[in-house]
Amino acid sequence: MSSAKLGISDVVVQRGTSEVLSVSSFEVREHEVLAVVGPNGAGKSTLLQVMGLLTRPAKGEVLFDGSPVRGNPLPYRRRMAFVFQEPLLLDTTVEGNVRAGLALRGVPGAEQRRRAAEWMERFGVAALSGRSSRYLSGGEAQRVSLARAFVLDPEVLLLDEPFSALDAPTREALIDDLDQVLRDSRATTVFVTHDRAEALRLGDRIAVMIGGRIRQVAAPEDVFGAPADEEVAAFVGVETIVPGRLTCLRDGLATVEVSGVTLQAAPLTDPGEEVLVCVRPEDVVVAPLPEGPRATSARNHLPATVSRIVTAGPHVRVLLDAGFPLVALITRQSLEELELAAGSRVEASFKATAVHLIPHRRQA
Amino acid sequence: MDLIWDGITEAFRLIFTGDGYVFDITLLSLLVSGGATLVALVIGLTVASVLAFRAPPGRTMALSVFNAGMALPPVAVGLLVAIMLWRSGPLGQLHLLYTPGAIVAAQAVIATPVITAISAAGLQGVPPRLRLQVLALGASRWQAMLLLFREARLSLLAALIAGFGAAISEVGATMMVGGNIKGSTRTLTSAIVLEVQQGDFETAIALSFILLTVVFVVIGAFTAVQQRRPAS
Repeated sequence: MSSAKLGISDVVVQRGTSEVLSVSSFEVREHEVLAVVGPNGAGKSTLLQVMGLLTRPAKGEVLFDGSPVRGNPLPYRRRMAFVFQEPLLLDTTVEGNVRAGLALRGVPGAEQRRRAAEWMERFGVAALSGRSSRYLSGGEAQRVSLARAFVLDPEVLLLDEPFSALDAPTREALIDDLDQVLRDSRATTVFVTHDRAEALRLGDRIAVMIGGRIRQVAAPEDVFGAPADEEVAAFVGVETIVPGRLTCLRDGLATVEVSGVTLQAAPLTDPGEEVLVCVRPEDVVVAPLPEGPRATSARNHLPATVSRIVTAGPHVRVLLDAGFPLVALITRQSLEELELAAGSRVEASFKATAVHLIPHRRQA
Repeated sequence: MDLIWDGITEAFRLIFTGDGYVFDITLLSLLVSGGATLVALVIGLTVASVLAFRAPPGRTMALSVFNAGMALPPVAVGLLVAIMLWRSGPLGQLHLLYTPGAIVAAQAVIATPVITAISAAGLQGVPPRLRLQVLALGASRWQAMLLLFREARLSLLAALIAGFGAAISEVGATMMVGGNIKGSTRTLTSAIVLEVQQGDFETAIALSFILLTVVFVVIGAFTAVQQRRPAS
């Protein structure tokens, strides 16, 4: 496992009397891309600004290569690069912007020009090098901002939602380019986003941040398949989260009672424990009610009634009442073939491995 | 009209014959007003930076005072500076009264609120996150300040132009603390007042024309720098 390149320890940031960030320990491994996801206002940008030594925490310290950063932060800042949500370009030419960080470091002019030309080419803005930053589109400006960061050859790259202000096609093209550049440069990267798809696309690991705290840091499949708690589950797109009770554990399968309905799940905890049952909508299969028993690998087959149908882009969300609320995500074609409507009786099925159990203590 | 035309003709004669008296008072005007503007610029930019970037308590009150200071009556400033520099005044031991240094002090007092107020407004217009971006680019505190000044250069040069304009066009305080002594503290503005008092309107018009030309050339140069933009 790689060593930690950048980390924070026991950090607290306050705005007035409220605590906006409280993280006991958080590390980014050398050469990894760590995506930090969370809803708006979760404290992601504050976390990034603390790690980038731009915001001084009320308590705690930043660790660079394992050692605490003390005294003048400038030498450490010069080993990092930061890209904000807005391009925040200086009022000069594209080339002037890309060279700005190099000039501040005293890099000779000829080398500035050579490196700036290389990175402007890499991000597709070489043809705009003499143009004023005031006359760029949003996508062009963000490409310049990325080139301005990469030209510094940083050991650590901090990206704060760099695509959120862009339209979808521009965002897609830019993510493709960034993905390639990140793989080539192997810079240790912290990438903040509220878009789960971006996090999955770019992150080697994902950290979920909610309410100023890091709730889970793990590989993408673990965060999305086995969220640490109810709020993480909700954020990563698990739409069915219902309380249940684990009644039996046998042959590697857990039996869970949910509102009188028996489900089978991959075990996580001991019988008798209260749990939250999580099922992702894309794991739920909807079919007409069968005449007799059906033999499939799915362990859970539940008769259900369609409560509501909601269009969600190219897909359709089918809200079901299976004794407890259950959500399925299906295609428009499936909706038409099954002739589903509110009140339709169907069978909802999903595998035991699609059920994720989170230990849950009921509120007194 | 004849009077004005004769005045302008006299101005060209004084300029092209290299009149020593006119050359001396023009040079002194430029030196004292340039010096006063420089002093006001150093103080004004420092105070404006603190007000804009540090947002200290009482910022609104301080900005109100500097904004009001743009309307300071020059004679009141002249009186205050004269009292300060008077032999028995708090700064009397400097022996500055009736010297060009006293005029620099008086004009600096007049120009400082102008430069501070306009600069503070310009620097407050720089997006707060750009300040973070500049630090994140690896700028030291001084480099960051210079970069942010460059971002606000339209406003800062407007402040410089307004400050210089206030200083070089000033006459009340200049005469009060300088004394309008020929060969020592006589400036273009105080010379114009003197010529009018003596009824020599032709020379007064000539000196006014020279003053306007000097102001236009200097401020035109500042404006050219201000309006220089990167290629589009």
